Amino acid sequence: MKVSTQWLSEYVNFEGVTPEELAEKITRAGIEIDEIEHRNQGVQGVVVGYVKHKEKHPDADKLNVCTVDVGSGEDLQIVCGAKNVDAGQKVPVAIVGAVLPGDFKIKKAKLRGVASQGMICSASELGMNDKLLPKDQQEGILVLPENTQIGLPIVQVLGLDDAVLEFDLTPNRSDCLSMIGAAYETAAILGSDVKLPSIDLIEAGGSASEHVNVSIEDKELCSHYAIRYISGVKIGPSPQWMQNRLMAAGIRPTNNVVDITNYVMLECGQPLHAFDADKLGASIGVRSAREGEMLTTLDGQERKLDPSMLLITGDDRPAALAGVMGGLETEVTESTVNIALESAKFSGSSVRKTSRKLGLRSEASLRFEKEVDPSAVNAALDRAALLLARHAGGSVAHGVIEQKGEAIQEKVISLSLPKLNAYLGTDISMLELKAIFARLNFKSADSAQGVLDVQVPTRRGDITRDVDLIEEAARIHGYDNIPTTVIEGPTTPGFYTKSQAVRVAVRRTLTHGGFHEAITYSFTRPENTERFTSFSAGTHAVPLAMPMSEERSVLRTSLVPLLLEAAQYNGNRKNADLSLFEIGKVFHASEQKVTAQPVELTMLGLLINGSRTDGAIGTTARKVDFFDLKGAVERVLEELGLEAEFRADSPDGFHPGRSASLYLTGAQDKRVGVMGQLHPQLQRDYDLDDTYAAEICLDELYERAVPEIEYRDLPRYPSAQRDIAVVVDLEVEAGALIGAVRESAGELLQDVRVFDVYTGDRVAEGKKSVALSLTYRHPERTLTDEEVAAAHQNAVERLEQTFAAELRK
Amino acid sequence: MRERLEQLKVEALEELQSVTDAKHLDELRVKYQGKKGKLTEILRGMGGLSAEERPVIGQLANEVRDAIDAAVTELSERFEREETERRLASETIDVTLPGRKLPRGAVHPLTRVIEEIEQIFIGMGYQIAEGPEVETDYHNFEALNLPKDHPARDMQDSFYITEDLLMRTQTSPVQVRTMESMNGEVPVKVICPGKVYRRDDDDATHSFQFNQIEGLVIGKNIRMSDLKGTLQHFMRELFGSETEIRMRPSFFPFTEPSAEVDVTYKKKGATEAGWLEVLGCGMVHPRVLEMSGYDPEQYSGFAFGIGVERIAMLKYGVDDIRHFYNNDERFLEQFAHQ
Repeated sequence: MKVSTQWLSEYVNFEGVTPEELAEKITRAGIEIDEIEHRNQGVQGVVVGYVKHKEKHPDADKLNVCTVDVGSGEDLQIVCGAKNVDAGQKVPVAIVGAVLPGDFKIKKAKLRGVASQGMICSASELGMNDKLLPKDQQEGILVLPENTQIGLPIVQVLGLDDAVLEFDLTPNRSDCLSMIGAAYETAAILGSDVKLPSIDLIEAGGSASEHVNVSIEDKELCSHYAIRYISGVKIGPSPQWMQNRLMAAGIRPTNNVVDITNYVMLECGQPLHAFDADKLGASIGVRSAREGEMLTTLDGQERKLDPSMLLITGDDRPAALAGVMGGLETEVTESTVNIALESAKFSGSSVRKTSRKLGLRSEASLRFEKEVDPSAVNAALDRAALLLARHAGGSVAHGVIEQKGEAIQEKVISLSLPKLNAYLGTDISMLELKAIFARLNFKSADSAQGVLDVQVPTRRGDITRDVDLIEEAARIHGYDNIPTTVIEGPTTPGFYTKSQAVRVAVRRTLTHGGFHEAITYSFTRPENTERFTSFSAGTHAVPLAMPMSEERSVLRTSLVPLLLEAAQYNGNRKNADLSLFEIGKVFHASEQKVTAQPVELTMLGLLINGSRTDGAIGTTARKVDFFDLKGAVERVLEELGLEAEFRADSPDGFHPGRSASLYLTGAQDKRVGVMGQLHPQLQRDYDLDDTYAAEICLDELYERAVPEIEYRDLPRYPSAQRDIAVVVDLEVEAGALIGAVRESAGELLQDVRVFDVYTGDRVAEGKKSVALSLTYRHPERTLTDEEVAAAHQNAVERLEQTFAAELRK
Repeated sequence: MRERLEQLKVEALEELQSVTDAKHLDELRVKYQGKKGKLTEILRGMGGLSAEERPVIGQLANEVRDAIDAAVTELSERFEREETERRLASETIDVTLPGRKLPRGAVHPLTRVIEEIEQIFIGMGYQIAEGPEVETDYHNFEALNLPKDHPARDMQDSFYITEDLLMRTQTSPVQVRTMESMNGEVPVKVICPGKVYRRDDDDATHSFQFNQIEGLVIGKNIRMSDLKGTLQHFMRELFGSETEIRMRPSFFPFTEPSAEVDVTYKKKGATEAGWLEVLGCGMVHPRVLEMSGYDPEQYSGFAFGIGVERIAMLKYGVDDIRHFYNNDERFLEQFAHQ
């Protein structure tokens, strides 16, 4: 809502307060002022002039030489190129020494040999917004009303010495969609009074009931519908001051009738509509549209109506979309003589639905949607009728023709002062509280001890219960005057839950290991949900109903494709050698056509590519491989006190021979992760060189994780180490050998690890040599050679039996 | 004998003067002081001395030996020192060459901000609550006093999945779920960080996906002044102890009274701190309490919400929100400080 301070000052006195100060005060009290627009864009010394004569320029076809009286006693000779300039006009004249917007100074000049003592200005030369000018003023010089006084500063005539405050209204404060509402707010903040405009209407001529009657079909949708009949209007421009105010509010002046309805809407917040009464017909109805009915609205669009839309009808024919827009057929035109002036209260949600359905929003629908003040219906109607009589020459017939539902009562809400102070943490007295509501123009009266009965004016529909009054009191009292305190009562412990602690630990581990954390988008393209399906198999991706683009049309089902896209993005910027991870959710729906919330899994995604080097001279960079990633995964699990088994089962999306699934030791039927080299085909699709990725379901780790440290006693007796090298078939996995050793070497075995794998000349084709290092220890004594030898022999025999292993000596 | 000893001393010290390396020194030491050395040889004649002469000559012999010893020791130390210096000189490296780097990774700046805020609130006795990113219309809107067709729904355009399911537009539904799970018990003291989604054209300051942290406290006698005190503490922890806050009345459907909070903040290059809007808050609306099982006549509460991206942009001087989601390594690595 654009609030002209000049206009506002008619209702509330804020003399001595600059627009900037006023804006600050209003903002601090709850309505943000986004912008202060000074209507004068830099006009100085421009006055009203009267064109006495116009002659053709002797040497230029398109120029005229005008003699202009600017009230200085001496006529000026001004050369003007505008087509519409003519003798007898009142026009804005920039005399020598004047300044126009853009710091354009007017000097004496000669145009094609003829002296010119100034310039006749167009509206846009005066810095006025073209879009807001009446159509006939958008081209050529600005022609002012005939009765404009010669010599007056144009700034005053056009109301340019005005600052317009842009109220950024929150949805609850629709009361300030009117100047009077803005005035009540300003008065409450400044502690001054509100002076309302006059509605001393003089009725003349016959009774309105001779001309029109009104019926409402459903009072739920329209609780009040009122018509005044005004005859004999003369269509013409509205007074300049009214046009100025409309323009300040961002509305383009049209003609006196339309301007008056808009003016009163801005003034009272009550939208009005003027019908050409002779085209509308005598029987005015408010009813729902019938299937198949059509209406051409004022904007020239033919609209197909349906029963959810509320209509105004004339003799049962559609005449207007109630509260949204009038119809073209019954529009006020230059030939209109008699007017049916409508003021009504339509249901906000009905107007909202219609306006949404048709994609049609107007100043009227904006206000009706947020519920207009029910008591403003008649006041606005009378005010507009008064202005029509005054500025359009109409005579207002006797009486208001109206239908309405139950009369609206002002709400009375009891407010307990102790509750208010307990709620805010303040120490406001009853006297102060009463003063606050007096400032707000809310009547109040003591009821019980410490309780104030507050009468809420109908214009404040947002106030429905005591906390709403507490807010009003708090903001007028000033939020700055609320103290700062600490919460009273028992203290509570703050901590991370186990799953939260796990995620923090994973992040620390990976960043210390050189991984950067990425955050990708949750929305992705459909192809990305068809890849890396290890965790989403048997489920469906969740599409957005109205995506912004195909690229972001469905919820991700795996983190891997998004990390690949991040790698691609980096690759395009020559950022090679990535180590990225992300912790985030993926979404899996159990149904194709989603009806319930999908399963959300928290995943850890990892990606590495390129080479690694420690950066020192003499060390060469090494390409990353499967085992770099495996090491990172193992380190994460280790940090959580977990151990996993890696099974070469070729998970989806990866190189079949260089990938594995992870199973937690002790829960071997549940896959918790996948990892490997990206499938070569996908590497091409994402334009990547050798890239390794992993995805681990953190939800599966939380319960078994041991993120805390558990101390174990240090061993007191020495260990014994024995190495074995065995020759086995190439296909035998090292993990299988380790498993066999663990099972067979007995309780003394502490650790077993692979330290070499050899294929080549010294072993037969199709064979490999695997070297294992076994560590034995007894917790309570030093082992004897015999004990170790016996355990070791068991292990060797098991390897020989199970894998036909040949011991290398 | 006396003369021979004196002469030996002179001869030995003179010869030692000319020594230039440790090997030669050792030879001379043996020559004079070894078992078959010159001094031993002279002293062998001690037997032939008289009882009066013997102690005198003995003392002289000791003096000669000490003098030679001292000279040898001094030289030996010098040679050792010189040898060490030579060795060190030959081992000199170029210390300006690069070091062997430890791996260095970065927590994402948005996570950094979230973790920092989590730590502040954990310190104040809060727990961290989480909830689904795909929400029901009820939890995202209706239970927050935003019925269908409420004009305030215009404030945020949403990504719907079905008529009843949408990407959460705020983390407030986590508050609703927390209240529901508490079955009317108090105190409730949680913050809810997480991703939220709103239909918005991406530009330098808008992203359709962003992060929010909301806080919720419910208990007996929770006051608006407690909210103000809590936020003042929070903002001082986050932006420094000099930070001041102010509240401005505002509107949110789920709080009443509602406020926007400005903090004093000195922008890059600015000479003075100005007010900057950073969060929205208010007293939990009684309708919201009722719907989630709390009697508003018995309990009250406050709630607040803050945008993580905005804080990260302010704290680190990032000027384009899209950087947070491009995952450019050159951007991410700048946040590697622990």
